[in-house]
Amino acid sequence: MSRYFKAEITENKKLNNDCNLLTFVPFRKPAEPKPGQFFMIGMEGDYDPLLKRPFSLFRRTQRGFQILYRIRGRGTSLMRNLGRGSVIHVLGPLGNSYPMPPEDHAPVIVAGGIGIASVFSLAERLAAARNKAHIYYGARGASDLLMVGALKKAAKRLSLTTDDGSCGERGCITDMLSVFSWGASSERNTVIYACGPRKMLETVAGIAAGRGIEAYVSMEENMACGIGACLGCVVKTVSGHKRVCKEGPVFNAKEIVW
Amino acid sequence: MNLSVQIGKLKLKNPVMTASGTFGYAEEYSEFIDLNRLGAVVVKGLSLTPKEGNPPPRIIETPAGMLNAIGLQNIGIESFIQEKLPFLKRFHTPVIVNFFGDSIDEYAEAAKSLSAAEGVHGLEMNISCPNKQAGWRIFGTDPKVTFEVVSAVRKSTNLTLIVKLSPNVTDIALMARVAQDAGADAVSLINTLTGLAIDIKTRRPKLANVTGGLSGPAVKPVAVRMVWEVYRSVKIPIIGMGGIMSSDDALEFLLAGAAAVAVGTANFINPRATIDILSGIEAYMRDNRVTDVKDLTGGMI
Ligand SMILES: Cc1cc2nc3c(=O)[nH]c(=O)nc-3n(C[C@H](O)[C@H](O)[C@H](O)COP(=O)(O)OP(=O)(O)OC[C@H]3O[C@@H](n4cnc5c(N)ncnc54)[C@H](O)[C@@H]3O)c2cc1C
Ligand SMILES: Cc1cc2nc3c(=O)[nH]c(=O)nc-3n(C[C@H](O)[C@H](O)[C@H](O)COP(=O)(O)O)c2cc1C
Ligand code: FES
Repeated sequence: MSRYFKAEITENKKLNNDCNLLTFVPFRKPAEPKPGQFFMIGMEGDYDPLLKRPFSLFRRTQRGFQILYRIRGRGTSLMRNLGRGSVIHVLGPLGNSYPMPPEDHAPVIVAGGIGIASVFSLAERLAAARNKAHIYYGARGASDLLMVGALKKAAKRLSLTTDDGSCGERGCITDMLSVFSWGASSERNTVIYACGPRKMLETVAGIAAGRGIEAYVSMEENMACGIGACLGCVVKTVSGHKRVCKEGPVFNAKEIVW
Repeated sequence: MNLSVQIGKLKLKNPVMTASGTFGYAEEYSEFIDLNRLGAVVVKGLSLTPKEGNPPPRIIETPAGMLNAIGLQNIGIESFIQEKLPFLKRFHTPVIVNFFGDSIDEYAEAAKSLSAAEGVHGLEMNISCPNKQAGWRIFGTDPKVTFEVVSAVRKSTNLTLIVKLSPNVTDIALMARVAQDAGADAVSLINTLTGLAIDIKTRRPKLANVTGGLSGPAVKPVAVRMVWEVYRSVKIPIIGMGGIMSSDDALEFLLAGAAAVAVGTANFINPRATIDILSGIEAYMRDNRVTDVKDLTGGMI
């Protein structure tokens, strides 16, 4: 069960203008990933791109793994061109994972944009554990809301927002979160899990702190090694710099210095 | 086939080492490779007291390379000895500790406390980090200061002393000679080249520290040239590094004059890079009927 393996791409499906769903099957059986963990993915080529890129586990399939990715720069643009049968080099699963909530706690998931990639498997895991989450999911427009059908099935309740109002409510997902009332007694029994842009995570952390709710956020930083060796991926926390790839990517929101 | 090389008092079983800062404290890579197969392990740069390092973002990819501005974040010598060294003692690969100070006294003090620790086999003094403030950089760029600081460290340790040189100087051969005259057992080169990358949309530097150190394949020709220049002007062994991704790259360094090589950025791309490079050197020696790796050093015709 090595955490460094080659894998074959079986599908690289276009979901909208700038997001793809990539399915890969490892040549050797890797370790079983947990929701919130990620893989470093490298392509064959002449050092372009040079470093591997981090992507969250989106979903476990019968034979392989899926990642959901947004095309951002050089690496993801090249990744978009990978066809069926292409070989990738994978390190992982890496990092920590979302802690499962106690049975009597109601999970709330907040996802912004491509952040859905990281919390999707958590939603499915919670559904399997018969403790479905209330999912808040926001994106730019209707076409940017991904996997809504599957999310509906996995969620106790699904609240959607878009910046342009083309689907769900118009506005920010955190606006919706901040006006929602869980009732004072249930707040103590709520756990929030969030992944998305840093601004969104900061707002979620603020809402959670204000209401005394436990919140976990999945952080992002540029990475080189992915295994804790280069100290390139740190975030500032109340107890000094911590590595997103090792102590994270999931942090208690209280820990982060925003 | 003889792969062993001599660096100061240290006999390495082969010439492949790790480059400081790219291999953590080796523990991180032990699940991917057998650390016993390495010529030596060089750990992340340490100082007397722990350091927080620079704010993020600390790394950014550039064409065939990367810029880093870690800022020498480290756990401090004491914690290293308590928490990291015991693990390394389980292997029979020499442990070389990379270290730095903020003054000549601190350098000497750090060398002393590391020399007292059982399980530290050699020292590599970093006088060449591009991510420190200008006042610090004189350790590696002003020959007079370099001589003073290396001499002070030499007096504080009996361990094999390697001086890590900066490429951000006009005449690296001169700096190598100064290190040799001050008592260094070997020199290692190159550390990273100072660089800058700017986001044209925001017009902001891509790294929080503004500048960073360039490493990876992009720096290799510069590094090979510098090894060649240093080889012609010092007698002590050279540890060559800078963009070594494959055994072909490593062999170039040996032919330019390096006695051993260190693998850095390549570890990030392939955690087994060191072992793959070692196997490649062995294959080259077999194919070319080279019986002793020392015969490759300076073998450029
Ligand atoms: C733990 C973790 C999990 C992630 N999971 C996913 C995922 O499931 N799906 C997904 O689409 N993306 C994910 N990302 C972000 C993804 O890694 C980056 O979008 C990707 O590396 C960009 O590569 P590129 O070569 O296309 O862009 P580059 O050309 O390298 O950069 C383009 C832009 O993206 C920024 N960037 C580069 N790396 C990162 C990064 N790691 N985080 C944020 N911005 C970055 C650069 O600063 C630059 O502005 C994750 C990041 C981390 C750290
Ligand atoms: C992320 C990173 C951290 C580094 N940290 C150190 C360090 O602490 N001390 C040091 O002497 N060199 C440090 N270096 C420099 C490397 O040891 C090496 O000299 C340089 O990267 C060139 O080799 P490469 O191109 O193979 O990486 C660091 C390099 C990188 C990329
Ligand atoms: S990416 Fe190297 S320490 Fe996290």
